[in-house]
Amino acid sequence: MNRFDRQINLRGFGTEGLAKLQKASVLVIGAGGLGCPALQYLAAVGIGTIGIMDGDTISLSNLNRQILYGESDIGQKKAIVAGNNLLNKYSDIKIDIITDYLNTNNALGVISSYDIIIDCTDNFTVRYMANDACALLNKPLVYGAIYEYEGQISLFHAENDKGLSFNYRDLFPHPPDLDEIPNCSETGVIGVLPGIIGTIQAAEAIKYLLGLGNLLVGRILYFNMEQMFFYEVDIHSQQELTAYRPKSGAEFRAFDYSLSCAAVPVIDWNSAYEIFTLNPDKSIFVDIREADEVPRVNHVKCVEYPLSEFDEEIISFDDYSNLFVFCQHGIRSVRAVSLLKRKYTEKKIYSIKGGVMEGNSPIFKTTKNHA
Amino acid sequence: MENFKTNKLKLLAFGLVAERMNLSSIEIEDIYTVNELQEWIVRAYPQLKNVKYSIAINRKIVKADSAIPWGAEIALLPPFSGG
Repeated sequence: MNRFDRQINLRGFGTEGLAKLQKASVLVIGAGGLGCPALQYLAAVGIGTIGIMDGDTISLSNLNRQILYGESDIGQKKAIVAGNNLLNKYSDIKIDIITDYLNTNNALGVISSYDIIIDCTDNFTVRYMANDACALLNKPLVYGAIYEYEGQISLFHAENDKGLSFNYRDLFPHPPDLDEIPNCSETGVIGVLPGIIGTIQAAEAIKYLLGLGNLLVGRILYFNMEQMFFYEVDIHSQQELTAYRPKSGAEFRAFDYSLSCAAVPVIDWNSAYEIFTLNPDKSIFVDIREADEVPRVNHVKCVEYPLSEFDEEIISFDDYSNLFVFCQHGIRSVRAVSLLKRKYTEKKIYSIKGGVMEGNSPIFKTTKNHA
Repeated sequence: MENFKTNKLKLLAFGLVAERMNLSSIEIEDIYTVNELQEWIVRAYPQLKNVKYSIAINRKIVKADSAIPWGAEIALLPPFSGG
């Protein structure tokens, strides 16, 4: 008796199936809400080598969905804790721990060492990067992503029975502009949703390695947990779209993927205040919260432009060089900065990390002189 | 007999598109091409102007110049980024 008895007995699996999985290597990019359930099932099924790639550390707000971590892990690297957790459970697998984020310098090297890649990241920048790297290396990529109560899954760069393969850019040729994205990582989420989507991603990777059943090649599966339905859509391969992605390793390494949050400078209140005090006449704080959000900030160098009424054509900051934009949690302010940067390409415009809820700044302590 | 003459289409919205439209499904009438559909969407839902999404007709992704068959099911499918 061994720990794989029940799957060896499964129709279509057998000892041959187990041998395939034990020889296989799978890279999971992102060990968060999608990555944790995917990693758990890949390790349980006996994948021989699992790469865990994530540069992030564990925080308290991760624990509602990132089920490989607990309270005592806060502050530690996700890749290390996830890897050790799985190795403690299963002695017969190998884990590669990679404590870096995917970037254009490391992507091709890391991805080339694995048989199949699972995209469990949380932003468009890395999703397009992973897609283009897998296109160059001809590596199958299990794509999964979530938004509030919904998810989507597909398998890119793997051939269907007609020899056709599909990729992310067939569906969405370009990343959305920054201000179209509600935020990068702080949309509300309930853990079972990435649990379902990440588990489907693991299922597709396992099926691909086994050569089992029908894969999500040439189709994308949408899932809505709130209304509880799946919706499947056929994808067309759009060869003309290959022009949008890099065609060589050198082109890939030079390609600019910085369209998401990385494109907006984010600073904390203290750094903002330091820059402000160096040049107070040319600096201003911009509160983009709605009027009913408290506590209000009454500093003399703080103006209010609620995002719901935001019109970058009308708003004027011609007299200022440094703008410090804030909201309640530092989410909407990123969008506001991207709007303002369209109008003011030369100004230094920052989004304040954590917003008023992380408030710890001298600007909270001064009051405006109401005439 | 009036109803028989109306081309009724079912429009489904997902993710951010559904959120911006404040609905996940609506019945629309007498639209025959994807170009017409896009013009109608921008008129009826200007808040979708800058939102990127793919369009599926009868569960197949289509291009901008495609025709929309009588009574089709249309889906507006944005990319998700969360993980």
